[in-house]
Amino acid sequence: MSDLAEKADAAITKPPPWNDPFIRSIFFQIVAIGLLGYFFYSAFENTLSNMSKSGISTGFAFLGREAGFGILMSLIEYDETHTYGRTFFVGLLNTAIVAFCGIILATILGFIIGIARLSNNWLISKLAGVYIEIVRNVPLLLQIIFWSVAVLQALPGPRNSMQLGESFFLNNRGLFLPEPIYGDGFGIVVIAFFIAVAGTIFLKRWAKQRQEQSGDQFPVFYASIGMLIGLPGLVFLILGMPLSWEYAKLGRFSLTGGTNIIPEFMALLLALTMYTAAFIAEIVRSGIQAVTHGQTEAARALGLRNGPTLRLVVIPQAMRVIIPPLTSQYLNLTKNSSLATAIGYPDLVSVFAGTTLNQTGQALEIIAMTMAVYLTFSLTISAIMNWYNKRVALVER
Amino acid sequence: MNDFQRSPDLPPPASTVGVVSWLRTNLFSSPANTILTLVGFYLVYSLLVPALDWAIFSASWVGENKDACDHKGACWVFIGQRLDFFIYGFYPKAEYWRINVIFVLLALLIIPQMMENAPHKVLLAWFFLIGFPIIAGTLLLGGVFGLPAVTTDKWGGLSLTLVIAFVGIVAALPIGILLALGRRSDMPVIRLLCVAFIELWRGVPLISVLFMASVMLPLFMPEGTNFDKLLRALIGITMFQSAYMAEVIRGGLQAIPRGQYEAAAALGLGYWKSMGLIILPQALKIVIPGIVNTFIALFKDTTLVLIIGLFDVLATVQAAIVDPDWPEVSTEGFIFTAFVFWVFCFTMSRYSIALERKLETGHKR
Amino acid sequence: MFQKTLGVIAAAGAVAIMSVAANAGTLDDVKKKGMLSCGVSTGLPGFSLPDKTNKWSGLDVDVCRAVAAAVLGSAQKVKFTPLTAKERFTALQSGEIDILSRNTTWTHTRDTSLGLNFAGVTYYDGQGFMVSKKLGVKSVKELSGAAVCIQAGTTTELNLADYFRLHGLKYKSVVFDTSDQSIKGFESGRCDVLTSDQSQLYALRTKLAKPGNAIVLPEIISKEPLGPVVRQGDDQWFNIVKWTINALINAEEFGITSKNAASMKSSKNPGIQRLLGTKDDMGKKLGLSNDWAANAIMQVGNYSEIFERNVGKGTPLNIARGVNALWSQGGILYAPPIR
Repeated sequence: MSDLAEKADAAITKPPPWNDPFIRSIFFQIVAIGLLGYFFYSAFENTLSNMSKSGISTGFAFLGREAGFGILMSLIEYDETHTYGRTFFVGLLNTAIVAFCGIILATILGFIIGIARLSNNWLISKLAGVYIEIVRNVPLLLQIIFWSVAVLQALPGPRNSMQLGESFFLNNRGLFLPEPIYGDGFGIVVIAFFIAVAGTIFLKRWAKQRQEQSGDQFPVFYASIGMLIGLPGLVFLILGMPLSWEYAKLGRFSLTGGTNIIPEFMALLLALTMYTAAFIAEIVRSGIQAVTHGQTEAARALGLRNGPTLRLVVIPQAMRVIIPPLTSQYLNLTKNSSLATAIGYPDLVSVFAGTTLNQTGQALEIIAMTMAVYLTFSLTISAIMNWYNKRVALVER
Repeated sequence: MNDFQRSPDLPPPASTVGVVSWLRTNLFSSPANTILTLVGFYLVYSLLVPALDWAIFSASWVGENKDACDHKGACWVFIGQRLDFFIYGFYPKAEYWRINVIFVLLALLIIPQMMENAPHKVLLAWFFLIGFPIIAGTLLLGGVFGLPAVTTDKWGGLSLTLVIAFVGIVAALPIGILLALGRRSDMPVIRLLCVAFIELWRGVPLISVLFMASVMLPLFMPEGTNFDKLLRALIGITMFQSAYMAEVIRGGLQAIPRGQYEAAAALGLGYWKSMGLIILPQALKIVIPGIVNTFIALFKDTTLVLIIGLFDVLATVQAAIVDPDWPEVSTEGFIFTAFVFWVFCFTMSRYSIALERKLETGHKR
Repeated sequence: MFQKTLGVIAAAGAVAIMSVAANAGTLDDVKKKGMLSCGVSTGLPGFSLPDKTNKWSGLDVDVCRAVAAAVLGSAQKVKFTPLTAKERFTALQSGEIDILSRNTTWTHTRDTSLGLNFAGVTYYDGQGFMVSKKLGVKSVKELSGAAVCIQAGTTTELNLADYFRLHGLKYKSVVFDTSDQSIKGFESGRCDVLTSDQSQLYALRTKLAKPGNAIVLPEIISKEPLGPVVRQGDDQWFNIVKWTINALINAEEFGITSKNAASMKSSKNPGIQRLLGTKDDMGKKLGLSNDWAANAIMQVGNYSEIFERNVGKGTPLNIARGVNALWSQGGILYAPPIR
């Protein structure tokens, strides 16, 4: 091709700059950034001027001031004399623990109900269906209120607690457990436990290698359990049992001493578990149904029984379909735990974005911190589930 | 030699037909199943009988005030007496007909959508999304055509719940489409902004969004500007909802085969034309069940607006049960609310499932 | 591109609906709108609660109606905005409401650092305790170790903590969001004590299955003067609200009621004449018409009528006047004279 033709070609295909997709896209992106920048700038300016005008104080200095109010449940040490900053961590941990327990219990219950929905027992399958249809279609807020009333009404007063021996009490003030008091040298027991964990991992690798080479199976499960319990137990006995228990006792109004799981926690956990489990059940059902029948038939043909078929063939394949929607259910559960404020469970929204906000009036900082926490939780859960999803994803050639 | 004579078909074995065999195969097929069945029956019996007794047989149904309730069963008199409040909120009594007209119109528009082959379905759907909100908004607000103006502080109850849910979904749809397209855009800045927007709103609880809209939005605005409170809540809900909507629509966009994009480009269509004429019509059709499911979730979440002092159906019930004139009616109030939500959500979820079946093109067994 | 479209949509919507409040005073603003925007609680028996005709009623509500009657001549021209505890001050600061009448305690911090002015006291309350009779508790000091149900509020939790710490008592607080939840918690035995403003304790007690089983302890651990709040920096509006309340209290002192206000206009008493606008230009000095107080009294009633109608003996709350009686009758209500 001659130079001339090349030039002519270029002249034809080269559009004017305002029609060049590349230049256009650059232009639009700059406009978008500009608009966004202007939006944030003006919102920021307005906020500053509005706040100084109405005399609202700004900054994070309030976090260092004394809170002066009590919190019902705290995983870390807390009383009225601690700071507002500490109320943040108390709330955060309370949210984290209820979300964590909720995720685990909802997954278990959800799998059970999802499998029950596919049961060949007509009644069980229908019951699971009715459960799913009722629970999914009623607002969670109402369910939380329902469970809080139900839990409180089902439990007896502190004077007639249900009890198991002299150490466990259950009443409408909560579940009272003996509190462990660690003696000298208990740290060594903990170290022994971690050594056992390391040993278990090593054992599992070794057993896998051996199975691949020789085909012999090693009872890894029982051996690990034995190691995990035996090693720390042995150390514990040798050291002369450096652990004692403090039991709850009946006081003037209620039981005192020991540790206490408050009924609000149980009610919230129940509500979140039951609600999310209904969604998980549907996810599990459709996940299992998505595994083609041929897979089950093939497993049968290989001589696998019902249990191993489900465990080794169906569930691992169903997992690929289940994981992505399951992740969003976990995220929903975590965010939904913020409804705790309705029944008095001291979660982050109730304690920090509730009482602390009411008392300091610093809405901007507090809401920003609260949202940041939920965002972090969400992104963390997403990250973990994505990592797990990658592991179970179909590896194709 | 006798001809071969065909003897009549034997009836199926007694063990495979009739009630007994049904029971045997479906309820008592194995010892474990038998135990499960018995436990199930016991559960049903022990829950259902007292519940029915409380809600129906021992309940008080007619009366004017609290004296009509003996509290042996449910006190439905309370619901009956305050039903106006639960449905219309503070709306003036003389103007109830306006809300009723909207309810009827809504029903008239929804029923054809649920029917298999109603005429002008697509046209009606567009009217539902564009014309209906205008008509309903005019009727509710008034102030024109000789209708007395009714400000938004008078709105409440079930009608407000429906307004919030409907506006939330209708306003979130276009924004969600733009966000979904933006998330798949070739421009890195746009893509990044859309991803950040979507993940931010999806990562935080709705109550903090509502709180921000109600308390902090006035701070962001230039001094002296004032939004209507309901409008602020609607903005918050729309932002939140559009992020979820964007993800649903993105799912639809991803399901469109690449060939469609390439075919559109081969026809010389630009970005907006190929999206608007080729890709989106197909993608949106696939995601209708997903949109309905998002709508159900939003509908249930509207209960949270009571946290910012809007009187949705749950808030009206809560206000009515603290009234000292009616002691001990909170259970009835909450059950009523739960029932209302259940009816709406269950109907919609059935519709969504039916749609999904219809759109299913049969890849599964 | 999408952001731009969004921005345009948002801007158009904002321009269409935003009402830019004039920088003029609140009074002109209210007159121009022909409507008083009043922030009330989302549901507090006796103070602000939708009644059986679906209209707001209560003591806080009537204060707003009285102000509307004084300013606009009609007690019906009020737009009620239900607010939660968290929203209330921002709503006032941002100009969404003209007056906040929401069971709000007058404290130093709020008066000085939130840009607010308290226009007076319409109800003197105090934080009290309710316990179940069978506990046999006679005094708050015997409550060490008790579980206490509280409604999430602003001052209640702090008062409780201060008081218990001062007296070396231990407690566990169970914080509920709504009064309905807290009374449920109390009734089911989740807590031994319910604490709240005393006026609310009486209201909540009526919700118990057996109200007789609970007693309200005599101790009051805090002062809770409740009254309407306005924005700082608008003295005229501040004066209007302040003097409307004073007019209602003065009317009770003069014996002027909603029924006899019209005939009282011909009274010989110069104090009554000034109040009802037949002598001197008292209304003009506030920027209102001279029958401002007469309108408020005729349409809403004097303080005593408002009190008795909403929280008094004839209502389920059944609260005695107590400290809320006139100074001349053993209470502490003492309105400056209108002259």
